[in-house]
Amino acid sequence: MTNTLLTPPTAPKVADERVASKGAISTLLGRPEFGALVGAVAMFAFFAFVAPVFLQPSSFATVLYGSSTIGIMAVGVSLLMIGGEFDLSTGVAVISSALSASLFSWYFGTNVWVGVVLALVVSLAVGFINGWILIKTNLPSFIVTLATFLMLTGLNLGLTRLIGGSVSTPSIADMDGFESARAIFASSVNIAGVEVKITVFIWIALVAVASWILLRTRIGNWIFAVGGDANAARAVGVPVIRTKIGLFMGVGFCAWILGMHNLFAFATVQSGEGIGNEFLYIIAAVIGGCLLTGGYGSAVGGAIGAFIFGMANKGIVYAEWNPDWFKFFLGLMLLLATIVNLVVKKRAETK
Amino acid sequence: MTNTNNSPAPERIDQATLLQEQTDPLTHTPVHLLELKDVGKHYGNIIALTGVTMAVDTGRVTCVLGDNGAGKSTLIKIIAGLHQHTTGTLEIMGAERKLNSPREALDSGIAAVYQDLAVVSLMPIWRNFFLGSELTKGLGPFKSLDVEKMKKITKDELAAMGIDLRDVEQPIGQLSGGERQCVAIARAVHFGAKVLILDEPTAALGVKQSGVVLRYILQARDRGLGVIFITHNPHHAFPVGDRFLLLKRGKSIGYYDKKDITIDELTSQMAGGAELAELAHELEQSGGHADVLAEVKAEVADALDTPAAGRHS
Repeated sequence: MTNTLLTPPTAPKVADERVASKGAISTLLGRPEFGALVGAVAMFAFFAFVAPVFLQPSSFATVLYGSSTIGIMAVGVSLLMIGGEFDLSTGVAVISSALSASLFSWYFGTNVWVGVVLALVVSLAVGFINGWILIKTNLPSFIVTLATFLMLTGLNLGLTRLIGGSVSTPSIADMDGFESARAIFASSVNIAGVEVKITVFIWIALVAVASWILLRTRIGNWIFAVGGDANAARAVGVPVIRTKIGLFMGVGFCAWILGMHNLFAFATVQSGEGIGNEFLYIIAAVIGGCLLTGGYGSAVGGAIGAFIFGMANKGIVYAEWNPDWFKFFLGLMLLLATIVNLVVKKRAETK
Repeated sequence: MTNTNNSPAPERIDQATLLQEQTDPLTHTPVHLLELKDVGKHYGNIIALTGVTMAVDTGRVTCVLGDNGAGKSTLIKIIAGLHQHTTGTLEIMGAERKLNSPREALDSGIAAVYQDLAVVSLMPIWRNFFLGSELTKGLGPFKSLDVEKMKKITKDELAAMGIDLRDVEQPIGQLSGGERQCVAIARAVHFGAKVLILDEPTAALGVKQSGVVLRYILQARDRGLGVIFITHNPHHAFPVGDRFLLLKRGKSIGYYDKKDITIDELTSQMAGGAELAELAHELEQSGGHADVLAEVKAEVADALDTPAAGRHS
């Protein structure tokens, strides 16, 4: 405080009578992920009713695994979306990461961990380039990342055929370091007789870290600010460029984790895969309450969105329905979730 | 000329005594907080601003008045470090400076509060208040925001400015325009601004809200800041201002101390008697509107009657 002498005494510390103590319910209603939570509970109850097998621990572990493969990416994508941008290249970036690890260590005959580290560098570089081009050109992220999406798709196919001679990479299952890497990225943990994939734990850890960053660090504050109003943020000294590039690199980091999981779960990678998955990540984030225009959302929301996706995906199988219908329900869910979020947000803001 | 105290300010700010103590700081104080001498700005061969001389002192309000396109925004941008002047000198505490970035201006204690650039509307008030200068606790990678402290400081600082907020957790977009301005002002004050530039803070506000903002300007002044108040409304400028700089088409058309000018003179200088006469002529041509015409003609007579009486430059 520059001048305390002229400061009138501050109001006595009594609860302000204009704030009716916000009940637990309206606090919950004001959360960005509230709509998604309602949806998740409804969907869980629905599948528990139509397909009782859904409730068995082993099937639930499968649902969680399916959710985690979307959810890991949804963490990065949610943060990016809160920061006001989105990324169409994520689906193929996951495969690019797996391919670079696999092809590099196979071609040079190195320990696979060398490939793993290289893949991390590649993934972060893809994120950096996305962010850097975005900042330099001022083009919308839709265009920039659509371009990277196409370029990566081409590179994945072209380089894989050029180096490995086929559309899929040669198996690296018998190479040095494969087992240890597999233990980190693609093992299972036995909990009370149920095999739970390690990605579930990685997913939960990532969500926790991302939530902490978002709500309790300076960087989190900056993410909300650059997404909410980049000009205002810049005017008060927020490093907008670094924040945005950092967010794209965060997405790259998530793509690396998922890419490594794909690689060490199957030992080979199909170079044409991943196309279309970027939408699943974006859908998870949007269902979870992240605003497409930025400045609003949560990491937990993205996780709930991914969980809804996982439940719908596996639930249809457990209910023995024709999976052809899945995409229709996914679209419907997206629409409903977005409308619910809109209503919830409006209500939260006016109260 | 007597100072007609028609200020809507609270009683404890006594404009008259304040001015009695003021011996003419233009000549009697050795250094000003901020001083511009004959400052100009050219963009290539376009002259955006020329010959501006003004001073800002602790506990004084310098008003910059001018119509659209008068060069007000160019002037602020020079002072706030967004643009650099091409001629003349800019002195901070007597030392000549050229400000190369907003950051540099901030570090020298000059903070600008822009009308539209103040805040991120979806974020809570306390997050906005500390945005870019967040308080943290803990070490290294576990450094986290000191949420409780920031909330408390926000509430206290805003209370010190005279707004008592319901809840600093609500999104700032829910506040009224005047309150948002105030948050931005309080923020600048808290982070050690010595010179506060307010860019048209009352332009988009209603009468009552404008009054609220004017009161905050006086609050900031009483806390020892030098305030630059940019406006096109002489009725907002006169009650709070100590000095008035009038700009027109990129030129300074007058620089007055409050004791040397009345609000009517200020208004007529702003409006320009000639333009009013033209308007009267047009109205006459179109016929009718006898009452309006009479009014405008009276204004013209007024304006021509008092051409820059208190001019001292």
